[in-house]
Amino acid sequence: MSDTTERQEEIRTPVLTARNVLRRFGGLVAVNNVSFDVRPGEILGLIGPNGAGKTTMFDLLAGSILPTSGEILLNGVSVSGEAAHRRIRRGLGRTFQIPRPLPNLTLIENVMLAAQGQAGEKLLANFLTPRRVAAEERAAEIRAVELLELVTIAHLAHEPARVLSGGQRKLLELARVMMADPAIILLDEPAAGVNATLLEIIIDRIRDINARGITFLLIEHNIDMVTRLCHRVLVMASGQLLREGTPDEVARDPRVIEAYLGGTA
Amino acid sequence: MDLLGYGAFFLTTALIFSLVTLGLNLQWGLTGLFNVGVAGFVAIGAYTSALLTTPDDAARLGGFGLPILVGWLGAMLVGGVAAAITGIATLRLRSDYLAITTFGVAVVVQLVALNAQKLTGGPFGIGFIPRPFGGLAETPLLFNLSNLAIVFVMTLIVYLALEHLSRSPWGRVLNALREDERAAISLGKSARFYRVQAFGVGGAIMALAGALQAHFTGFIAPDNYLPALTFQVWVMLIVGGAGSNIGAVIGSILVWAIWAGSGALTSVLFSPEQQARAASLQIVAIGVMLCVILLVRPNGLFGDRPRRARFGKGAKAAPDESAAR
Repeated sequence: MSDTTERQEEIRTPVLTARNVLRRFGGLVAVNNVSFDVRPGEILGLIGPNGAGKTTMFDLLAGSILPTSGEILLNGVSVSGEAAHRRIRRGLGRTFQIPRPLPNLTLIENVMLAAQGQAGEKLLANFLTPRRVAAEERAAEIRAVELLELVTIAHLAHEPARVLSGGQRKLLELARVMMADPAIILLDEPAAGVNATLLEIIIDRIRDINARGITFLLIEHNIDMVTRLCHRVLVMASGQLLREGTPDEVARDPRVIEAYLGGTA
Repeated sequence: MDLLGYGAFFLTTALIFSLVTLGLNLQWGLTGLFNVGVAGFVAIGAYTSALLTTPDDAARLGGFGLPILVGWLGAMLVGGVAAAITGIATLRLRSDYLAITTFGVAVVVQLVALNAQKLTGGPFGIGFIPRPFGGLAETPLLFNLSNLAIVFVMTLIVYLALEHLSRSPWGRVLNALREDERAAISLGKSARFYRVQAFGVGGAIMALAGALQAHFTGFIAPDNYLPALTFQVWVMLIVGGAGSNIGAVIGSILVWAIWAGSGALTSVLFSPEQQARAASLQIVAIGVMLCVILLVRPNGLFGDRPRRARFGKGAKAAPDESAAR
């Protein structure tokens, strides 16, 4: 990325901001006073040893758990107290470390479920405005097929999601979260447990989606993947933000290496 | 002729059970809500409609002598609201805890029916509930057939509406909540709102069934709404196949056939003094049938979904959450 574009991006409102976010579980401070911005259009990596608080940070950003203190802003608006199901409507989508497909729904149903603001999800609309519901469903289905094609599993569209392999489940989650038209997607370990071929597809698709203007924040242990994908990297250890920088800078930092080899963590 | 009349009578009761089972299927089969308080919502419907439509009675509240249709609509409304309130009160409960609580609700309803004499007539129940086509009571066959027709039409309407809903985006959300609540929430669905809706709509259908039954027999008493009713309806749904509306209907007819048939059989086979004890054989018959069906078709007759552990799903800690702590 050239200097000019970087400067331009800094002026724009961050897609997502964590401000002094702290979360306690009993006596344990899982996330301790963490602040950072996710800039529009970037792929930001979040790395750190196991137990560093990365997934807790994700859950805080996504609203699955609420911060003990601190603030989370989506496109400059505070969403700290807002429930998880509302945040996706504000443009924040997330996937899970262990994928959570709906096993007995078909792939296409899985993806269509993620469409936002569907009239047919209101009970009475199904009787009062059936045509509108049907029209929206048709449109959603077309888009869902496109997204399944994008992630290369469209041939399984009408199979129940339980038949998918671990890696395919990650692809399904990616398609599903795309259906909601998010501005930013939080990916929790997209490479974990995925074979090399599928990993290439996943990396490829993330780049593709990013090129469409969607921002990513991703937790990842696969340093190779982080180096290839991420513009910037945050390092967490013991609940705190240890360092921020380009993948190369971070990889050379002795503190980061120490954290990974078991010093602080 | 007698046989035809009995057939109509039998089918009417079976279809009323079908309605209850359809309501439960929406809650359990579609949404995964473990409601073991079915009898309570049926009772609320029956009593509401009875109070609204019976002639004035000095001994208790009402009756208000309103048209039967008003009674039915009132039953659905009150039953739906009661179920929605139960849903709101139990938002944080899952699986077995939800079951215990809903069971408690049904027991409370039954005890109120038994003891709130001013409201419900107490142990003596409520009689003189107007019957549709009451004028035909002189000719039992015609009376039974017209009752069957009306119950059939109601069941058909509810069935078609539920089929439409379970294929709709609304039904898809309920399905998703049953499969994985956390995933559904992450996709923007309010688990709470949909749970309450499923409770409410299912409860309204159960209440409608209770009202139909009350007007069909003309008399209700607290004993009609014991937990055994809930048990019967659950067996019907499991036999038919949870998740399938047609399964709910067929399962109800089948189980009711075995229930009524084994009852008739014991009254023929056993001497009068042994009748009371022989009645337990009905439950044995149902139990054996349930075992056979679950062995041969674990998902019930029409259940197409594979079996999976539904219990304790909510209790299972999300693995990614625990990993970060």
